[in-house]
Amino acid sequence: MADLGSPFRKLGHLAVDRIWRLGFAVRFLFAVLRYSGASFRRLHLTLREIYFSGVLSLLIIMVSGLFVGLVLGLQGYEILQRFGSTEALGTLVALSLTRELGPVLAAIFFASRAGSSVTAEIGLMKATEQLKAMDMMAVNPIARVVAPRFWGGVISMPFLAALFSAMGVLGGWLIGVVFIGVDDGAYWSQMQSGVDFRYDIWNGVVKSFVFGFAVSLIAVFEGYDSVPTAEGVSRAITRTVVTSVLTVLALDFVLTSFMFRGTS
Amino acid sequence: MSDDILVDIEELHFNYDGRPVLQGINMKIRRGQVVAIMGGSGCGKTTLLRCIGGQLKPTGGMVRLDRHRVCNMSHTELYDLRRKMGMLFQFGALFTDISVFDNVAFPLREHTDLSEAMIRDLVLMKLEAVGLRGAHALMPGELSGGMARRVALARAVALDPMLVMYDEPFAGLDPIALGVIGQLIRKLNDALGATSIMVTHDVHESLAIVDYIYFVSQGRIVAEGTPDEIRASEDPFVHQFVHAEVDGPVHFDYPAPSVVKEFLGGSARG
Amino acid sequence: MNRTVIDLWVGIFVAIGIAALLFLALKVGNLSSSRLSETYALQARFDNIGGLKVRGPVKSAGVVVGRIVDIKFDATTYEAVVNMEVDGRYRFPKDTIAAIYTSGLLGEQFVGFESGGDEKMLKAGDTLTKTQSAVVLEKLISQFLFNKAAEGQDAK
Repeated sequence: MADLGSPFRKLGHLAVDRIWRLGFAVRFLFAVLRYSGASFRRLHLTLREIYFSGVLSLLIIMVSGLFVGLVLGLQGYEILQRFGSTEALGTLVALSLTRELGPVLAAIFFASRAGSSVTAEIGLMKATEQLKAMDMMAVNPIARVVAPRFWGGVISMPFLAALFSAMGVLGGWLIGVVFIGVDDGAYWSQMQSGVDFRYDIWNGVVKSFVFGFAVSLIAVFEGYDSVPTAEGVSRAITRTVVTSVLTVLALDFVLTSFMFRGTS
Repeated sequence: MSDDILVDIEELHFNYDGRPVLQGINMKIRRGQVVAIMGGSGCGKTTLLRCIGGQLKPTGGMVRLDRHRVCNMSHTELYDLRRKMGMLFQFGALFTDISVFDNVAFPLREHTDLSEAMIRDLVLMKLEAVGLRGAHALMPGELSGGMARRVALARAVALDPMLVMYDEPFAGLDPIALGVIGQLIRKLNDALGATSIMVTHDVHESLAIVDYIYFVSQGRIVAEGTPDEIRASEDPFVHQFVHAEVDGPVHFDYPAPSVVKEFLGGSARG
Repeated sequence: MNRTVIDLWVGIFVAIGIAALLFLALKVGNLSSSRLSETYALQARFDNIGGLKVRGPVKSAGVVVGRIVDIKFDATTYEAVVNMEVDGRYRFPKDTIAAIYTSGLLGEQFVGFESGGDEKMLKAGDTLTKTQSAVVLEKLISQFLFNKAAEGQDAK
């Protein structure tokens, strides 16, 4: 009897548990927003987190952006050559980066570089009772620990995505113009006529902001909600990366369908 | 109710996931005393401490602290009250990303508008009191267990609280460090004019420094008294605890079906 | 409050981020010229717009002078209504012809203005009356074949 019912029961438990967690996450988000005042009143707390999640992610974002640009340049040239329109390389590289790859890949790198470490930090603070100690000292851990990390991530993300796209465009230029020999003027001018600031770049910035919000929330939430043991924290870190990546891709689809519909 | 009593607990009940942890605790703790709450692991001592600090909401009964009812306070009121409380966590719970100095300065910086120079003096004074002024620049990771506990103690009393709570202050310490911490608890309590509640299962160290002891078992207070009364007690539980006997009212075996049923009645399962 | 090393790094970070955004805006997106500072609206009706798209360019003598902001279908006249925003610096005569051209053989389509000689200028909200629809390749080919066939018959 028990054996027959158990898979279904497990499934049901899992579903209820997930919905429960989702509800808790929403309430958590409101708590973070409510206690965010201190993050801006005492800006040095948030600046510190921008340093940890933004500044320390600079290198990985720049290097990976450059490489993605190099690959786009190579592949783009190879494909465009078949149609005899290699001068459109700039447009191809710039549009794919500003619209999609910049925000999405930067968010994924950000989740694995900064998000995971935020989760680890908060999870370990929970496991070693530092959060409880803070609470007992009449210092709200959500205001003091969680909110600055959240806003640090939200603020860093658009900059990192823009940087990723810029590095990518330079990477495409390096391969296309410097190594392969596409005309320099054509690369830039085609790009400039094909890329619209408000439509392409600004939408990319909006995307990266939304992704930064989502990834930062997931990171702080997983840390805060982690089981306070070594194993629990390591699971929470894995969940942060997996959930962030899935969420970013799903959000990207939704945002893209809103932003770029009916024109191309 | 007399003004003399700082913490007044009446018929405190607490359930965790439907499992009763505390089942009607009554306690009156006088100002200026050092009180120990003792009991085996998992008997609800720490839960009791959390209820006094307002971190857990009891399912029944009430806790009065300095004539305020802790249980139905708003978040803000609770935080106001907690500024007058200090708590030492089991393993210190120092903030590992900031130095010893910043750890002790933390409550001062959060709750006061004192100048940096003033904070520096206060922090060094507190560290001096626990004998670690020279270690103020170290990171918590560089401290031994006993030193970390002393730093946490300095942090707990940084705001000169009226009530200091200790959650297992002796856990995992060598005998020397253990004696140091015990003496510090007593000395700081008397110097600050504070009241201390200590949750522990270290009988001998506690008997040497406290004024009053409660024994908790299975969510109830089973015995209480001054150290002398406890030492002389004929109560079987107290006797077992003080003399560290393996079996007594507290059983060695975890509750289980009888041996005969478990080993011979295998086919009856399910 | 004192300046700290972290402030310096965050400053560098933000500066690099803003530089990247500016690079995207000016060098990649060409914000400086694509943003038409002051514009006025014009309308044109076409029998057939071919593959014309919203946000496509409006050109005169090959220079971009505006953008297409909206394309609608008028169910009473069965015509396409194209709304455009034209740079406020440029004025066109009343009898300007709006035509739909293709850049290259298969490139994007755009609206081209052929200026007329009228002394009166178009005002904001005016409709261009003289239009020339998009060339539909299939029509062109079938017309060409038809003509060839007709020529062949004449020769006999």
